[in-house]
Amino acid sequence: MKLLDRLLHRQEPPSGEIARERLRLVLAHDRANISPGLLEVLKDEIIAVISRHVPIDPEGVQVTYTEGPRVNRLVADIPLQTGRRPRGG
Amino acid sequence: MGARVITITSGKGGVGKTTVTANLGVALAMRGQRVVVIDADIGLRNLDVMLGLENRIVYDLVDVVENRCRLRQAMVRDKRLQELYLLPAAQTRDKTAVRPEDMVRVCDELRDSFDFLLVDSPAGIEQGFRNAVAPADEVLIVTNPEVAAVRDADRVIGLIEAEGKGPARLIINRLKPDLVRRGDMLNTDAVIELLAIDLIGIIPEDEAVITAANTGRPVAFTDNSLAGRAFHDIARRLLGEEVPFGPLKEPGFLGRLLRWMRAEGEESP
Repeated sequence: MKLLDRLLHRQEPPSGEIARERLRLVLAHDRANISPGLLEVLKDEIIAVISRHVPIDPEGVQVTYTEGPRVNRLVADIPLQTGRRPRGG
Repeated sequence: MGARVITITSGKGGVGKTTVTANLGVALAMRGQRVVVIDADIGLRNLDVMLGLENRIVYDLVDVVENRCRLRQAMVRDKRLQELYLLPAAQTRDKTAVRPEDMVRVCDELRDSFDFLLVDSPAGIEQGFRNAVAPADEVLIVTNPEVAAVRDADRVIGLIEAEGKGPARLIINRLKPDLVRRGDMLNTDAVIELLAIDLIGIIPEDEAVITAANTGRPVAFTDNSLAGRAFHDIARRLLGEEVPFGPLKEPGFLGRLLRWMRAEGEESP
């Protein structure tokens, strides 16, 4: 069956796999009581605070919630604005 | 010591709590256990019809709580089995007619005379759920292998733990082996991994459950259906037996032939 899918270049994974992925995310957010909407709010405020001090690329900012085995974390990925940096020498 | 009080709950409605409660009651009673199944779904009672006992109800749980009858008067004995009783819910009242402490008191009164009290919880996480969980020594969560049911199960598992009633154990109901094989249904491993609790049973989707509900004779009364056997497996696990998780499909022609040949082989020395 899987081989057939591959031969036919089926793009979508089977729906059971999609269900598992969706649940993984939904449960993580439910458990932490951190909704995707709250992550958006956090992202906007982080952008505002940091860009007061450092030039960043607001389009590239990502704030995600991840569940780990010991600790759950909020991860903020904040790309700095690409400018030519002075090199030493 | 006395009876173990086991509450069957799910969060989401329609996943099969009442079917599970009725069948576990039957399976345990067939194994010589003294069992009371208690319908905690006040206002929407169904355990009576699942067991085919709807015509024999005189008093109900609310009558007991409000002292209109003695506890024993409200209990309906299932004549098909030695020691299976139903304590029905009221049909004309609502969940506020019973408080958690009432459920604790009723169960405590029964503990000495029985081995198992199975409490069928209503759906949801409001007072009816809290009533059902209050007397529990153990909790079984029923879910279906689908997104909404698993999500609600997760919520309920969290609440059970917060109440200090955990760890709950999981029953996956209405699993369709063919869909799982195709990858179009969450498989057992995925559900257990997502919910991070112990599994106590898998009930395959089985038409016999529907005809059993039609007639008021739960599938666990016989062992000629897959679902009926799966309920007996759960009953045995509750009684402390190690039972492997059996096949979820009737064997095809070759499988039956193989099984028959093996059985023949065992008989001849």
